[in-house]
Amino acid sequence: MSDIPAIELKGISKAFGPVQANRDISIRVMPGTIHGIIGENGAGKSTLMSILYGFYKADAGEIHVNGTRRDITDSQAAIAAGIGMVFQHFKLVQNFTVLENIILGAEDGPLLRPSLARARGVLKSLAEEYELSVDPDELVENLSVGHQQRVEILKALYRQADILILDEPTGVLTPAEADHLFRILDNLRREGKTILLITHKLREIMEITDTVSVMRRGQMTATVRTADTSPEELAELMVGRKVLLRVDKAPATPGRVLLEVENLRHVDAHGVERLKGVSLQLRAGEILGLAGVAGNGQSELLEVLGGYAAAKGAVRLNGQALPLAGPGSDAGARRAAGLGHVPEDRQTEGLIMPYTAWENTVFGYHRDPRYQRGLLMDNAAIRAEAADKMARYDVRPPDPDLAARNFSGGNQQKIVLAREIERDPEVLLIGQPTRGVDIGAIEFIHKEIVRLRDRGKAILLVSVELDEIFALSDRIAVIFDGQIMGERDPARTNQTELGLLMAGMTEMPDGPLVEAVDAQMAAKAAREAEHHG
Amino acid sequence: MDRMPAWADAVLVPLISILLAALLSALVILAIGESPVEALLLMVDGALMRSTGWGYTLYYATNFIFTGLCVAIAFHASLFNIGGEGQAMIGGLGVALVCLFIPFPHWSIALLVATGAAALFGAGWALIPAWLQARRGSHIVITTIMFNFIAAAVLNYVLVNLLRPAGAMDPATAPFPAATHLPSFHDMFATADNPLFRGSPANVSFFLAVLACLGVWLLIWRTRLGYEIRAMGFSESAARYAGISPVRITVITMLISGGLAGMMALNTTMGEAERLVMNATEGAGFIGIAVALMGRSHPLGVLLAALLFGFLYQGGAELALWTNIPRELITVIQALVILFTGALGNMVRVPLERMFVALRRRAS
Repeated sequence: MSDIPAIELKGISKAFGPVQANRDISIRVMPGTIHGIIGENGAGKSTLMSILYGFYKADAGEIHVNGTRRDITDSQAAIAAGIGMVFQHFKLVQNFTVLENIILGAEDGPLLRPSLARARGVLKSLAEEYELSVDPDELVENLSVGHQQRVEILKALYRQADILILDEPTGVLTPAEADHLFRILDNLRREGKTILLITHKLREIMEITDTVSVMRRGQMTATVRTADTSPEELAELMVGRKVLLRVDKAPATPGRVLLEVENLRHVDAHGVERLKGVSLQLRAGEILGLAGVAGNGQSELLEVLGGYAAAKGAVRLNGQALPLAGPGSDAGARRAAGLGHVPEDRQTEGLIMPYTAWENTVFGYHRDPRYQRGLLMDNAAIRAEAADKMARYDVRPPDPDLAARNFSGGNQQKIVLAREIERDPEVLLIGQPTRGVDIGAIEFIHKEIVRLRDRGKAILLVSVELDEIFALSDRIAVIFDGQIMGERDPARTNQTELGLLMAGMTEMPDGPLVEAVDAQMAAKAAREAEHHG
Repeated sequence: MDRMPAWADAVLVPLISILLAALLSALVILAIGESPVEALLLMVDGALMRSTGWGYTLYYATNFIFTGLCVAIAFHASLFNIGGEGQAMIGGLGVALVCLFIPFPHWSIALLVATGAAALFGAGWALIPAWLQARRGSHIVITTIMFNFIAAAVLNYVLVNLLRPAGAMDPATAPFPAATHLPSFHDMFATADNPLFRGSPANVSFFLAVLACLGVWLLIWRTRLGYEIRAMGFSESAARYAGISPVRITVITMLISGGLAGMMALNTTMGEAERLVMNATEGAGFIGIAVALMGRSHPLGVLLAALLFGFLYQGGAELALWTNIPRELITVIQALVILFTGALGNMVRVPLERMFVALRRRAS
């Protein structure tokens, strides 16, 4: 391995208006290694990568690629320097074939046929070399998310990238797909490619990287060899203080059934059946975790239960049937019945971003007579109540007059959580409670959810983060393709088994996977026995 | 962080936009061989230096306040109501019907009932596009434009075939009874030795327009309905989550919007012409778009912008009277104002924002 770093950044700084997104960042990435960059949302990871890929121009600093200084002014220059990027949100043309997507923007000439033929050859060799097999003639819209990501990687390799940047690559993958991705990354490393992996998941950093750099508030706080560090240490470096990575909670004491969902069916605006007969039971004092890969009907289930999507089937709250279509099925009626809802996307659903914090603290409950004074709204009372809620939920800054969009993700989520929990709902639906939320806030939010459970409320937790499902749930249900594939006790299952269920396999196929699961279960049981004994 | 103080966004941006528009207009005036300075002086003299000029300026402003509010309130729900013109025409029909067929004892009662009729007719004309948008997804920009033409045709038919007095040659109703005539500013403010506002059409409906500004402000920022309208305007998906029905809000907002446009007819028919004529709206429905854009959809902004456009209208008429500058030039100036405040708003805003950020950095 040579001593010249594949990428060296020297003193990179970048400000957006008054916000210093990157401050004097220097980093050396050695060739043939996987270098992790970890940090909370807003720490400046994405800005740094955007500078490296030519989307932004740094205010100060230098970029060196393989020892020579490069002026990367746009993505074309980045590609010319051998840098490829795999975005979190894929940039693929859905109704083009894989091959057409690969040559898009890198055609050899005005005629497509020669380009396509050459690409087909290159693709074949790449597929063999790196376990990157994709059917070149399939339309991208027919590919699974994992395969679409492979197309993105192939696009970069086709453009002869030696350095690959992956931005939160596992966010949309099943555990099995993520494992496959890591195998691909491992093969790429073996062939001498350099990989920059941006993530906020500590487990991934520990699993695959050689070196890891930690960012906090626009600065690079540390670069360490992965083998010499631990998740706890990394978390502390990210947040700046000691963090509890596990959730402390007593065993659940489930009471009577509060929410009963029976054979729920929902067809979306495009005529696609998104829920194909979902049945669930939710008891007082328990958290039911709904695991699944994004796009398998979780969002629709929350919308139906939350009262803004029509469905067939039956939902009973406290024994009372809730209308699923027509009058009385709207979100306001659900709230009145005692069903709170922290939506999956706080920016497009949970909050009105230009509204002030105090306006947002009654959003959805604004028709409550206690917020009215004659014909007008009692803004003074709402503001006073908001200030109180914000203090109790440690929203920072505690300024009720600030617009929601000016709060960080974690504090926005606290505003939503305060609003929904403070109404003391019988049942709380929570979608992706910690998506885009910093570690410090995650700890707080998880604690509040457990506290609500301990007050005897029922909680339906939808999350694509398996770690979160495991940390919080008293019971885990897995959804795939609009159906519940099964329920598991979190103490008696593992990521592998849930991963299979999330991929739609109810019965495990014969073969090494089953043995792997069995072996892991046995090891876990042994560990627990040791622990208790 | 907000990049720029709110006052700069609300005051400086429109002000600079107007100056840029005025500068370009000056070049146009130069190009046709007239002096822009003289033209400006003439406009100021004709529109603002005498009470009669003010009478005209405020008369036009009254129209623009109503149509500006009409567009502004729809903007808050993220709806673009281009149908103010047609809604005002049909509103005029409502005014004419009550004035002609109900024997009123006093103008104040006539005004009350006619206001209701104007709002009702205007709202009714907005209802169909609103319903089509809310239920069928037909875009409201397209349908309201089409409804402007339909309104003109309907009014034409009604005036020519139904309401035209026997033997009359022009497509207009009979004059309204004297008891429905609104007091003009001249009636209200002139004294024996000081004939203020003589011969000018400004009338009591100007105060109604100012009241409407206050009402819209209260509605948007102080009521539950306003809260829901703004919420839907910002994010329809969030509105749905909060149990706000986009269909309901779309329809209600458009009814209010159309009602405000309809009320403009009080000024032109009851206040000025004292009968309903074919082209009573004179394009004020479209000026309302510029007024709302420039006033940033805020009632106070709408009021100020309407005064500016009233000045441009009256000043333009003076220009046409005393110089070789055609009246159409005013349309050019208006178009430039719309261009700079609406379409090119960011051209002014972005450099200003940079300037403020730089200033703040130097200060800190």
